[in-house]
Amino acid sequence: MSAAGQGPRTPPSSAPATSVVRANRLEVGYRGAPVWQDANFSIERGEFVAVIGPNGAGKTTLFRLLLGLHPPLGGTLSVFDAPPRRGSPKIGYVPQRHTIDYETHVRCFELVRLGFSGHRWGFPLSRRAETEAAWEALEAVGGAEFADRPLSALSGGELQRVFLAEALVSRPELLLLDEPLSNLDLRRAKELVGLVNGIVRSRGVTAFLVAHDINPLIQYLDRVLYLANGRVASGTPQEVLTSESLSQLYGVPVEVLRDSRGNIVIVGGEGHVEGELVGGEDHHEGELAGGGFRGGGAG
Amino acid sequence: MSAFSYDLIGDVQQMLRYQFMVHAFEAGTLIAIVAGIVGYLVVLRRSAFAAHALAHTGFAGAAGAVLLGVNPVFGLLLFTTVSGSAMATLGRRAAHRDVEIGTVLAFMLGLGLLFINLYRGGVATETYSILFGEILGISGDAVLLTLEAFVVLLLVLAVVYRPLLFSALDEDVAEAKGLSILLLGVIFMLLVAVAVSMAVQVVGVLLVFSLMVTPAAIAVRLSNRPGYAIAISIGVALGATWAGLFVAWYEPYPVSFFITSIVFALYLAVRASQALAEWAGKRNRAMSITSRLRKLLRKSDPRGT
Repeated sequence: MSAAGQGPRTPPSSAPATSVVRANRLEVGYRGAPVWQDANFSIERGEFVAVIGPNGAGKTTLFRLLLGLHPPLGGTLSVFDAPPRRGSPKIGYVPQRHTIDYETHVRCFELVRLGFSGHRWGFPLSRRAETEAAWEALEAVGGAEFADRPLSALSGGELQRVFLAEALVSRPELLLLDEPLSNLDLRRAKELVGLVNGIVRSRGVTAFLVAHDINPLIQYLDRVLYLANGRVASGTPQEVLTSESLSQLYGVPVEVLRDSRGNIVIVGGEGHVEGELVGGEDHHEGELAGGGFRGGGAG
Repeated sequence: MSAFSYDLIGDVQQMLRYQFMVHAFEAGTLIAIVAGIVGYLVVLRRSAFAAHALAHTGFAGAAGAVLLGVNPVFGLLLFTTVSGSAMATLGRRAAHRDVEIGTVLAFMLGLGLLFINLYRGGVATETYSILFGEILGISGDAVLLTLEAFVVLLLVLAVVYRPLLFSALDEDVAEAKGLSILLLGVIFMLLVAVAVSMAVQVVGVLLVFSLMVTPAAIAVRLSNRPGYAIAISIGVALGATWAGLFVAWYEPYPVSFFITSIVFALYLAVRASQALAEWAGKRNRAMSITSRLRKLLRKSDPRGT
């Protein structure tokens, strides 16, 4: 993998605070039913952050908050030192679900170009700037070769690259990627994560990546936001992914096991809590046992 | 009227000596262009059934207008815009609730039938022209009204085209970029409502698909660039309308029949040729795999046992 050598950087200890996202006693939920609360975290510029947690723990809700699509129930959240607002050009977003499927007979290039200018009203007189930006974004994700192919004909991995280009085309400073790995096999997942890491490191972009398995990501991460049981644990992977910290988060004994390659399995109560056993190229889906560990509410 | 003479220009000149043919060609051209463009967005947003339903609610409106002695186009516009905005306000998912839409659609047809029955005058001709279109009966005033609707629609489309395309392809990102999905949905449905009301004059409520959906469905199969696809969609709708009018000059059958048949034949031809190309491609690939396998076998077994 090309970007494998560039791991997480050591946080600059004495540098001035350059928080991109700051949450203070943040409470999140729908119509008075909190999904999680009392979250305190601060994400610095250029950090690669994994957002991990069981289904319904409020991972997508966190993104909706950051995008200004959903208000917090309590506490404060700031993005680029201001309350989140919808339509910020500094944020690139890849949602979990797309309306694109095998019937979308539109070439990829068009979607990427719309990522640059699709929100503008009126008829463009010159399309040079957006065309150049779209080519650049497609090249950055290694997708120039399928620019002219219809979206309907792409594989899962290729589609994720196009979505990433669509998010990158407006040159954002913050990337929000919602479950981009969920439909990819392990090899493609690792390729995509390597690509995102390369972008984070080379452009100083801050990236949040929602995933249900931390293992393909772990070598690159600066920080983990672990959402579970209505609460959020934040810190470096070494801080968060320990038996002590996760036991505290879940409120019951949880054990974090590591194999010889550094892969992680999280076990609690009667079985797996979250995360999968990953050995070589074999990928065992871990069953979510112990329903009591699932965070409440909708996500 | 004279017979078909193999002199195309002469034939067309002959036709255009009649005022009703001039009006039919003028209105048909404007409507085909609008239907071609709006139809592309309808196909991309997968709102074909919603567009079809709009036409049906328009039937009740047109019949009501006939009953009141008003121009049916105004009844069409009123009913399609109101039901279109209602559908859009209920959210995008509402436009995909086939059962509910179908329920309202059937009721609207029934309502239209009642209005037609209440009307004392020529029941059959009015119903017939609303359901199946009567382009040859279009008046000069109606052509002028169609031209006005055409200009307004194109101006609005020029403003909303990019956001509409964006939200059709990637609604969540469009919303995150600050676009109002609700507003775009309403604008889209209003565009469809006006386009449908125009197209009903040519092909009627029941055959509106043939101008609003089939040309665009052909176009998306031929080009994956929105600009080209829209051009093809317009071209197909225009070609079918002109050819339909031309043939109907010589044959005693309705124009809408010819238009629907032409677009359907084109659609079949495109689907068939693409299926054929795909089959040929697969066969080629399969053959290259077997030849590669044979080579491999020859290598691993040089004595050829």
